[in-house]
Amino acid sequence: MAFVAAVSKRSSVVRGIKRPSTPYLLLIPGLAWLAMFFIFPLINLAGTSTQTPGDSGEVGVYVQTFRFANYIDAFSGARDQFLRSFFFAFIATVLALAISYPLAYAIAFKSGKWKNLLLVLVVAPFFTSFLLRTVAWKQILGNEGPVVAVLKFLHILGPQSGLTASAFAVVTGMTYNFLPFMTLPLYASLERIDPRTLEASSDLYANGITTFRKVTFPLSLPGVVAGTLLTFIPAAGDYINATLLGNPRTKMIGNVIESRFFDIVDYPTAAALSFMLMAAILIMVMVYVRRAGTEELV
Amino acid sequence: MVDAAASTKGDLNLTNLVKEFGDFRAVDDLSLLIPEGSFFALLGPSGCGKTTTLRMIAGLEEPTSGKIAIGPTDITYAKPYARPVNTVFQNYALFPHLTIFENVAFGLRRRGIKDVKEQVTKVLELVELGHLAGRKPVQLSGGQQQRIAVARAIVNRPALLLLDEPLGALDLKLRRQMQIELKWIQTEVGLTFVHVTHDQEEAMTMADTIAVMNEGRIEQMGTPVELYESPRTVFVANFLGQSNLVKGKVEGTSGDDLLVSVHGNRIIVPANRDFAADNHENSVLIGIRPEKISLEHAEENTLGGGIITDISFVGVSTQFQVQMPWGQELAVFEQNDGGASHLQKGDTVSLSWKPQFTFALDGTADVDAGTSVNPDEE
Repeated sequence: MAFVAAVSKRSSVVRGIKRPSTPYLLLIPGLAWLAMFFIFPLINLAGTSTQTPGDSGEVGVYVQTFRFANYIDAFSGARDQFLRSFFFAFIATVLALAISYPLAYAIAFKSGKWKNLLLVLVVAPFFTSFLLRTVAWKQILGNEGPVVAVLKFLHILGPQSGLTASAFAVVTGMTYNFLPFMTLPLYASLERIDPRTLEASSDLYANGITTFRKVTFPLSLPGVVAGTLLTFIPAAGDYINATLLGNPRTKMIGNVIESRFFDIVDYPTAAALSFMLMAAILIMVMVYVRRAGTEELV
Repeated sequence: MVDAAASTKGDLNLTNLVKEFGDFRAVDDLSLLIPEGSFFALLGPSGCGKTTTLRMIAGLEEPTSGKIAIGPTDITYAKPYARPVNTVFQNYALFPHLTIFENVAFGLRRRGIKDVKEQVTKVLELVELGHLAGRKPVQLSGGQQQRIAVARAIVNRPALLLLDEPLGALDLKLRRQMQIELKWIQTEVGLTFVHVTHDQEEAMTMADTIAVMNEGRIEQMGTPVELYESPRTVFVANFLGQSNLVKGKVEGTSGDDLLVSVHGNRIIVPANRDFAADNHENSVLIGIRPEKISLEHAEENTLGGGIITDISFVGVSTQFQVQMPWGQELAVFEQNDGGASHLQKGDTVSLSWKPQFTFALDGTADVDAGTSVNPDEE
């Protein structure tokens, strides 16, 4: 009895003093970081988005007037780029999913001893710069490059046409750049599937295709949702691919925000556009996640 | 092809089945007839080939050679989904994304059965889990998941139900309860059950017929009583329960009995329990189950001069370890009916038993076969 009492007393001491404070202490650096580099800039940006040019007329000087009409002006000026961003991001996401799913499936189920090597290869592009890899696509798709040569030889491309500086090149670049973000979550969720559930499916009269439709794919949905989000969200806000691989008619919302900030020095419009982009993505993601209904699976 | 599930029934017939993984022969020329409607157990230690055999019947492994047939239908190379066979997997393998109802309905839906709701409801009632139809597998306890796995398989009324260590993940008490329940379900639905297990007690409780497997072959097949009372190999004698095996030399016969000299004692073995009849030249192994031996009453077969080295009281019986003059330790189980209660460690005792309980095995076999395998491992 005495022993039990001693133990329970000791554990209550542990619970009383040590336990509660440690997790909070561990949270502090992260929270401080978030406050300083995310929340504060966000509030600042919100403030900027409703400012108007100062009386002096000096470039880059704005005063707070709470002019919410800034949002309407900004949107009407960049509607095409907005729609194009989501459209390109959507196409790139679908393409990345189509390319990544078989790849992730093969790595998870069929690769055997090559599994780790293949995973390293998926991540390997990250060892070189994002910019460099995007510029490389300029050469791959360039008029002297191999892709154009093959397509011209097959008469798919006319002798005068090319692939660079086009919507095609922008979407190709985005698809390529976000491929690992799609592949890794897909792999993770496929790899978690108990192979016995697939055997059970085939034992219960489902052939290969039905097993994929009814068991494998539904069980990989958390990976599909995570992968598409990790691709779509950065792709929608991307401007590097459009800058390096596109033309003036393929400009995305990221390009508009960038030029408003740095070239035109129109901070309020840039801020308003940023907020609208954020809100639009947030709404789309919420609708998507709810529709996918994967909360229970994750 | 799929409709065969409902109609074609019959005995399961395995003929010269071989499965090799590289250089390793997991199943070695196995032939077996399992009659329709029986509860059949494949019993053996891990790595004996019992699960591989089951997976070949299910179609999840392809045999290297040999034939598998149900009734007149050869299913050796049929796809798993095209066989009238369903499996209750080890750890159940329920579909985590589907409700209990949809898990059970899976097979019916794939075959395009019409009254899915009615059949699923009926089978869920059979396993007494109708109220959980809307839940997901993770919300169920181990025992409940186990019953759903059985329901998901038997709802399809397969010609053959395969159970792969279905109770391995349950705790002892639940396992005992599920053994009785499974046996009852089998009688209720009247399907052929092929049960793979390493647990000899489980096999003996549930099965009509047990095949004891070792190293890819069947050591012995029979009813639980036959296997226990008349083990024909050292492996079976040691793997099913406990046996005392002592080396002896055949001296001759007397009427229908075999006379064996065991370290100077004459032991009588009935001729019909002499399972080493074709190999008498060298030594034979005399076998006797521990609970058949008495330390109190003198019987015809007696080994004297043993010293008690250990006594453990286990409720219904007391287990004695007795060291014999030639150094071997033998086990004796005495009922706790007062007879042997005065015995102490260090006492000298004689081990006596009736000749009809004695059996003789091939003396060239390894005395320890089947003992080193831990029956509780996976």
